[in-house]
Amino acid sequence: MAAGCRFVAGYPITPSTEIVERIARRFPMMGGIFIQMEDELASMAAVVGASWTGTKSMTVTSGPGFSLMMENIGLAAMMETPCVVVNVQRGGPSTGLPTMVGQADMMQARWGSHGDYSIIALSPCSPQDAFNLTIDAFNLSEIYRVPVFMMMDECVGHMTEKVVIPPADEIELVPRRLTAKPPEEFLPYQLNGALAPEFARAGDGYRFHTTGLTHDERGYPVMSAECQEQCVRHLIDKIKLNADEIVRLEEEGIDGADVVVVTYGITSRVARMGVELARERGVKVGTLRLVVVWPFPEKRVRELAHKIKAFVVPEINNGQIVLEVERCAGGKAAAILVPHMGGGVHDPKDICAAIVEAAK
Amino acid sequence: MTAIMEERPVSPEEHPIAPFVRMDRMPHIWCPTCGIGTVVKCFATALAESAVDLDKVSIVSGIGCTGRTAGYMKLDGFHATHGRAIPFATGLKLGRPELLVTVFSGDGDLVGIGGNHFIHAARRNMDLLIILVNNFIYGMTGGQNAATTPLTAKTSTMPFGNFERPFNLPYLAASSGATYVARWTSLHIRRMTRSFKEAIGRKGFRFIEVIAPCPTLYARLNRLGDGLDLMRFYHDHAEVRPGADTRDVDIGYQDQIVCGKFIDEERPTYLDLMHEHYGKTLGDRYVPMPPEGGWIRE
Repeated sequence: MAAGCRFVAGYPITPSTEIVERIARRFPMMGGIFIQMEDELASMAAVVGASWTGTKSMTVTSGPGFSLMMENIGLAAMMETPCVVVNVQRGGPSTGLPTMVGQADMMQARWGSHGDYSIIALSPCSPQDAFNLTIDAFNLSEIYRVPVFMMMDECVGHMTEKVVIPPADEIELVPRRLTAKPPEEFLPYQLNGALAPEFARAGDGYRFHTTGLTHDERGYPVMSAECQEQCVRHLIDKIKLNADEIVRLEEEGIDGADVVVVTYGITSRVARMGVELARERGVKVGTLRLVVVWPFPEKRVRELAHKIKAFVVPEINNGQIVLEVERCAGGKAAAILVPHMGGGVHDPKDICAAIVEAAK
Repeated sequence: MTAIMEERPVSPEEHPIAPFVRMDRMPHIWCPTCGIGTVVKCFATALAESAVDLDKVSIVSGIGCTGRTAGYMKLDGFHATHGRAIPFATGLKLGRPELLVTVFSGDGDLVGIGGNHFIHAARRNMDLLIILVNNFIYGMTGGQNAATTPLTAKTSTMPFGNFERPFNLPYLAASSGATYVARWTSLHIRRMTRSFKEAIGRKGFRFIEVIAPCPTLYARLNRLGDGLDLMRFYHDHAEVRPGADTRDVDIGYQDQIVCGKFIDEERPTYLDLMHEHYGKTLGDRYVPMPPEGGWIRE
């Protein structure tokens, strides 16, 4: 709400329902519309549709719903539609553990819809973080015209902690970048060297066309390898080439460390104790928390790989982000997974043991 | 007396519906004697003859032959995912309530893969004008069986004839809550156009089904000739029965096609009900979504 979101379409799914329940209560008093759709396919489609009116739009879900949303997440990526999708992750696959924590949708967030495209994913580790990062998520979605994912997990989703909400005028919001061109000069996908094309809202007289098909600057479908190269290359490059601007990390105790623990979400808080235990045992260990998970901080991990012995990656899944760490480490440093299948968080002692082992 | 007709070349731009069509995208992909173009022409005529601000008209299509319409009409046009035209249109309408949002798509898209969205949007009386071109088959993918294929008709996935019972679409729409329900064939140019005009002026979930020939697949697989032969068939077998009970309008294979306006009632739309209900329960605290959308300008 503070981010300027005024349209939410959703379908109830544990453990994400509190968010839409709150929105359903507040929106009628602040000029917003919440609609409970018939399923997640419809929810995501409605969010993309609403965003084309310039109204900032969002949906909220968990694993099984996230799977259904993938179809229209692809559409949002292809049409370059700003929108935010919150996934309060639970244990999977399938119905899995509806009320219990998981972090196993991290690769789905990156690759879940078919074809090549890019997205941005953020991972909050506290209620305060959830507030701050949601605002960032909306802003990033406007700047890059991509779907942005708030990859929460059940623990963070259900956590009760103090949250400081700053006065509205202290919150920086990125408005929709509406075109100033007259309709006869406007092309909906013309870049002119910008990160993303200028936007025309439905109903402003531009009479533009947009499609999920491979399209040219006019938004018209063009079925050719050349147009595919141009269209898809742009979808990927606008994130890839600006990764340095988007990537955000929190580092602690990295200088002189032999081992770096890479974490995100609730695991970053659980790992703290594991790190402390390892330090008590004399291991030089630092932490690197991924605030932005996608795009992945390739450059930083590569740099660190030359300086340390190993990365330790605790995740509430059987190894997803560790694959990225391993890829970027390129054999210069080991990448050691501390898996957890979900339904709970790691025992810090397991993380400590992995750190101690990695430092040997 | 013999009138001498002077023949002069007519440029495509002189066509009466040219202002409504993206002429830079012509020629279209539709086959010769396909019925979709006729429906587009009638819709454009209806728009031209209605006092609507075309800048505020959006058209949403899903995927398929008819789904290409959103890309050919010179309106704000959205070519969405397969089956999701209605929820996409729902988002457009709620995101900017002043828009006139039309959905123009085929039977496979709207009531096959999109069937769930269709009934729920009708149930909510969402303020959408739905034009469904029904050619009894999946055209773009090669003539597969549809949720509308009449019993015994041959399709590429029912090579020995269809044994699945099809939807009776006016009945489905009416029983789900649509407030305007009509059916025509692509032969009924004037009646269809009048129906479009009438529906443009109404509110709520308005559903118009247009039966149209698919010469390339439906007619060929069933050895029914070409599009013109199907038009002749419509001429001989379409019965205009306004106000007919929608329970009685199902379509059998090469059987009578009951046409007409079946339902035309006024009921509060989703947004009407929302405004009324929140106005009642929240009073002054209710802040409706502005007609031009909830975009934050500050």
